Amino acid sequence: MPKQSPVPDELTQPFFDACNEDRLVVQRCNECTELDGLLMLQHPPSEECRRCGPHGTLEWHEVSGRGRIQSYVTMYDTPVASLQEDQPFNIAVVELWEDKNALFLSHLPGTPVREVPMGAEVRVVFEVTPANGQKVAEWEVVGD
Amino acid sequence: MAENAPADFYRTQENPGLWEHRGKVAAVGIGHSPTARRWDGQASTSIGAWAMVAIRNAIEDAGISPSDVDGLVLDRSTTTGAWWPEGDPLPEDVISQFQPGIEPFDGIAALSSEWILNNMPELDNVSFSMYGPGCMSNVICVAAEAIGRGLANTVVLLKAWHNFPGRYYQGGANARPLVEGPAVWRNPWGVSAATGDGWTFQEYMAKYGKTHDMMAPFIVEEKKNGLMFPEGFFAQHRPDEVTVEDYVNARWIVEPMNLFDHDMPIHVAVAYVFTTAERAADMAQTPVYILNHGTTRPKFGLTQGLDNAEASTDSTGRKMLDGAGITSDDLSFENMYEGFTTFHNYFIEGLGFAGIQRGEALDLYAGDISITSDKPVSPSGGNQGGGRTRIWMHTDTIQQIQGRAGDRQIRVPAEIGISGGPMPQGGDFTIWSSTPD
Repeated sequence: MPKQSPVPDELTQPFFDACNEDRLVVQRCNECTELDGLLMLQHPPSEECRRCGPHGTLEWHEVSGRGRIQSYVTMYDTPVASLQEDQPFNIAVVELWEDKNALFLSHLPGTPVREVPMGAEVRVVFEVTPANGQKVAEWEVVGD
Repeated sequence: MAENAPADFYRTQENPGLWEHRGKVAAVGIGHSPTARRWDGQASTSIGAWAMVAIRNAIEDAGISPSDVDGLVLDRSTTTGAWWPEGDPLPEDVISQFQPGIEPFDGIAALSSEWILNNMPELDNVSFSMYGPGCMSNVICVAAEAIGRGLANTVVLLKAWHNFPGRYYQGGANARPLVEGPAVWRNPWGVSAATGDGWTFQEYMAKYGKTHDMMAPFIVEEKKNGLMFPEGFFAQHRPDEVTVEDYVNARWIVEPMNLFDHDMPIHVAVAYVFTTAERAADMAQTPVYILNHGTTRPKFGLTQGLDNAEASTDSTGRKMLDGAGITSDDLSFENMYEGFTTFHNYFIEGLGFAGIQRGEALDLYAGDISITSDKPVSPSGGNQGGGRTRIWMHTDTIQQIQGRAGDRQIRVPAEIGISGGPMPQGGDFTIWSSTPD
């Protein structure tokens, strides 16, 4: 599906650079991780930790690329022109295996619409977008 | 120059205690403009012109003189999602028929306090002006707080919505090959406005074993109530009932949200008059007292999800009831927001309306939720019944308690009602009463 190509900015450049190297990175808050002994991750990225605000120090952290389908819809009337010919299509919310607060969207390539297995395990793949060649994170259902 | 209300005007605390101005502020006047699907380009139907119609109707309804008004609270934004087309020239033939405001689109696609006051010289005693951004739910909180604090005595509240020709959200950034800014996380996947609620409702159905078809009785009732709202778009222009079959066979926009789960943008302006409880005693209409107003702030992220929707509406329910000094049993009816229909489920479960708990809203809809029931559900018909305004819930609640809701009048005594929204994850809410205590 011909996705719009993201144009990275200062905040998002490390994420998209990693995508171009087929690596998945997300932000980790060192203060929250140290305080609670939990891996405190967040995605999409932000200038501040969503939990502790400006107190946290955020750094990029490579993750496994595994997750699960939190929810999904079937899109029949998207406002995005480049995707309209491919309707209907899936839009799933994927939560990262390491921290369900790190969320991604996915078309679930290979999974027919209305056959999305809610809660199923997924793994990341990297897809080239046509306008500028920028890769984005996509997700495929892990087979039996 | 008017500014947005400061943060301390909003009661966001989890355990706020009784509102210190409980019962000391009252709604006393309602004014609506006509409705249209879209603006026809005439000066007389511009959003500025219709805002003035609504304000004058509200003042007349309250039975006061324009000079009695000393406060103005409004939302400066008027968009339904439609913006003036990029590159199109300004409609100077329309703009030139009004006094200028402070920005080029004032009166056409925005409404500043200055534009209103410059074009309504009869409002010659206004010394307080403030914005409540978002929708009438926010404006109500700001006006109630301003009167409670003694910053104004008699306030006009205004919320207007312009709607232009064409499909909004089409073209522009959505038609370009590149995407920038926060949209990089959403646009490449083709997300629409209702997608977020579609995800949440999918989780809800999975968690509680419900189906989309179970929403049908609620939508049918909403449409029926809307047709009994003479100020509403559908009563004025498309007086057709919607059946269960219409609903379950409607086309998907983003499954599990179909055509009738979405609201329809319209062109309209609505105004109210609020004043002190003391002053209200002398006015033309029965006062409707405000027992509490409250605000829940959304958390930001890619999507809110069911967990957040439930936690936020639990919080809203607690803070609204506690801050008014009532329980959910005291609510004669409810008018919570339903501008994607499934929002309504989370709200009424969070309130425990009619004794329901989490996962039981759709079961409630299977019973009698009509205006003749013991616990009427959304007698306004909401955005589904009247068009996208986020105001029918407030107008109806005031009218129900005043006993002048006409054919929509609920059969049980309308003593205490609640209205507000827009989002389950965050919004502004009001509890209204026939008595100040």
